[in-house]
Amino acid sequence: MSKTPRKFEIFTDSTEEAGARSGQRLDIAIVGHVDHGKSTLVGRLLHDTGTLPDGKVEAIKKMCERRGMAFEWAFVMDAFQAERDQAITIDAAHIWFSTKKRDYVIVDAPGHREFVKNMVSGAASCSAALLVIDAGEGVREQSRRHAYFLHLLGLSRIVIAVNKMDAVDFDAARFAAVEADMRDYLTELGITPNHVVPVSARDGDNIDTRSKKSPWYDGPTVTEALDAIQLPQADSEAALRMPVQDVYHFDDRRIIAGRIESGSLKIGDELLFSPSNKCAHLQRIESWPDSEGRTSAEAGQSVGLIMDEQLFIECGEVISHVAKPPLESNVFRGHLFWLGREPLSTGKQYKLKLGTLEAPVEVQSIDRVIDIDDLAMTEAASGGASIERNGVGEVVLRSRAMLALDEFGTNQRSGRFVLVDGYDIAGGGIISMRGYPDQRQLITGKSSNLTAVDYGISHAARRQRNGHKGGVLWFTGLSGSGKTTIALEAEKQLFQKGYQVYVLDGDNVRGGLNANLSFSPEDRAENIRRVGEVAALFADAGFIVLTAFISPYRSDRVRAREVAERHGKGAFHEVYVKASLETCEKRDPKGLYRKARAGDIAEFTGISAPYEAPEEQELIIDTNDLSEEQSVAALISHIDESFTTDDN
Amino acid sequence: MMIDHLETLESQSIYIIREAYNRLERLGMLWSLGKDSNVMLWLARKAFYGHVPFPVVHVDTEKKFAEMYEFRDHFSKEWNLNLVTGLCPPIEETDPTLPPAARAAARKTEGLKALLAREDYTGVFAGIRRDEESTRAKERVFSPRGETGQWHFRDQPPEFWDQFKTDFPPGTHVRVHPLLHWSEIDVWLYTQRENIPTVPLYFSRDGKRYRSLGDEDITSPIVSEALTIDEIIAELKVTTEAERAGRAMDHEAEDSFERLRADGYM
Repeated sequence: MSKTPRKFEIFTDSTEEAGARSGQRLDIAIVGHVDHGKSTLVGRLLHDTGTLPDGKVEAIKKMCERRGMAFEWAFVMDAFQAERDQAITIDAAHIWFSTKKRDYVIVDAPGHREFVKNMVSGAASCSAALLVIDAGEGVREQSRRHAYFLHLLGLSRIVIAVNKMDAVDFDAARFAAVEADMRDYLTELGITPNHVVPVSARDGDNIDTRSKKSPWYDGPTVTEALDAIQLPQADSEAALRMPVQDVYHFDDRRIIAGRIESGSLKIGDELLFSPSNKCAHLQRIESWPDSEGRTSAEAGQSVGLIMDEQLFIECGEVISHVAKPPLESNVFRGHLFWLGREPLSTGKQYKLKLGTLEAPVEVQSIDRVIDIDDLAMTEAASGGASIERNGVGEVVLRSRAMLALDEFGTNQRSGRFVLVDGYDIAGGGIISMRGYPDQRQLITGKSSNLTAVDYGISHAARRQRNGHKGGVLWFTGLSGSGKTTIALEAEKQLFQKGYQVYVLDGDNVRGGLNANLSFSPEDRAENIRRVGEVAALFADAGFIVLTAFISPYRSDRVRAREVAERHGKGAFHEVYVKASLETCEKRDPKGLYRKARAGDIAEFTGISAPYEAPEEQELIIDTNDLSEEQSVAALISHIDESFTTDDN
Repeated sequence: MMIDHLETLESQSIYIIREAYNRLERLGMLWSLGKDSNVMLWLARKAFYGHVPFPVVHVDTEKKFAEMYEFRDHFSKEWNLNLVTGLCPPIEETDPTLPPAARAAARKTEGLKALLAREDYTGVFAGIRRDEESTRAKERVFSPRGETGQWHFRDQPPEFWDQFKTDFPPGTHVRVHPLLHWSEIDVWLYTQRENIPTVPLYFSRDGKRYRSLGDEDITSPIVSEALTIDEIIAELKVTTEAERAGRAMDHEAEDSFERLRADGYM
């Protein structure tokens, strides 16, 4: 099969030809293990398709002579002096070439393991990939790693070049073995390669011209295989998704700006904004320089919309049609790759970028860490795991605010996200909702019209938002038993774990709400009654409330329990902070026992007033034996078990 | 209906320009008066429906062609631009180890840095393209620069899924490159489709035309009979010359352009 150089043919009708050809451009990522010959293949591809500028090869040959090196095709690509010195490619670069069929941009991704971020940066914008494997070495760690990243990036059009066939004497059996090996791995990822081609990039075999050395191979050359790839289409048939990028106020116009990521819209459509759940009709699609406006717009277009009523809309909301809205949730599962300098770990806060939205999120859990080499999944032990730089895993992310999102399987463009750690983009991932419900119905009316209701937020909705149920942890115990110390430390730790938590104790209640109460038995009972009511309201609002009062009377505590359980069964847990009178008297942190013994304080619990120890408490913390740290840990693990969402 | 190639490029560039406008505090758009920055400026006007909501910055070497100054003065008025200009220091103040034409180009880097410092920009748009030159091919769309303007090409931030780096420690500024994904032919096709005004030096006069415009004393024209954009496009389809072949600074030494860029050249 003979070939003529293609790019430099003379066009007879330049306008039409140019228009037609420039509409056909395919961006391909080239990936593969270090030293398997990616750069050589690209250099050869450029040469064989006639894309290199005049004199480029000669210039490089001269440069090699000057440096006393042997000429290599890879030097065509190595634009940086630094790269030549190190003899590795250090960043993703873009290289243009053309075949008769269309224009290509090759995005060269580095083979070195350190530089995954550059590979991801390069490959994410591509529609297809060319994976290079050394016939002699076969499938190696980075061959698999890169294939795995292509899968995460949603790239499924793949051509495999089995390179350096000259070094194995164009052995058909060796080729078949390497091909089978790679196909097995890709099958596990759900990818079928478009073609697998035996090549020798150095000599130009099966790159652009069919080689005589592989008579046993009857498939396409590399360029033919690339030309056979179908161009992806922007999805204007899919459900409408347009993240709001900004809102402009020009002249009296209030223009909602953004790019349509999928689907289409037209004037008169009723559009829904999520997660604010506001609706309005599309009145006008702005355009410039012509002022009459457009009547419709579709996926891929950056537009400006004017609605028929003035809505307060913020950057980050997602526009859809009413019938096919995105999911709403403040918790989702992310299958992610990590590029951060610091490992990703449970409990850490990051900035989520989802479409045009930025929101703080916390890593609720790391459920799996994936070994890319053999695709083994390590089920992460709760709490202890982390995902290292260049690692991959499955995590659960939780945000305070409600998010509008899609599963990656439903919509690639609205189903992916990025995490920012400090100033740096540190990871990217794709969204799955496995195990987590769409919360849209929780915050919108049950009827088919999706208008927001701003009353009657359910317990379930609060619980989804907070990640835990509301409840009262009612401490009881002698003065000096450690109630306040444990409550305050636990509050701090629970807060850091993402709980909505609040401590009620004498200090913040006696000063205001109960400022009119004395220490008489009646007023003490009233004090506890009011605390019980307030605690129940906090619990109803979704909080974990820790109350730190001696509350010596069983009857007062029973009443507090009844109040709290009006709002929800199981919402009240009595926590007996147990310490003997001797222990407490020995500690005597405020010197009260001394004063009571001296008769300076009347009716002091344990000395001159009774303490009724609980009989059916939910938890005993015996501070005679436990340290402060152990006590707090016992409390927190009790709360984790009893109040977190995942028990349903 | 499918949107075409030029519209895809246009939408992507508008998305980038709007993203910078939304995320960055103080912006300026570099306007070199060349074909690329004219397209970039046009795209900004499209993004904001006829407005340009940030200053347009001309770093003036005082050695540009007369036609370029005329173009600047005419259109900055007609388009109601907030034009900011900054002059460049004399050549004696540039790195003496650079070759002569590169030193001339380095004046522009110094002029730009002085202007950035004076105006306190956190972001500047520059109309560079990946297909122009191999070090530019490695650029990011949002490319952070340290306090002295250097480009750390070995440690660039990740950039994927149109999520750009928009968080920076104090003292950094960002070069934003809305045309990075365009080719030279794309720029001409779009200029033609949108009827964007162009400096006449790009068209043939006495059998020569300029393909890339820089300082008058270090830029050479190419042999060409192209009088229209159609003819320019036809010529580009068959040429094997590099776009910047007429820019002396690129060719004096193997690493001239890389050194210029690492130090902050566009």
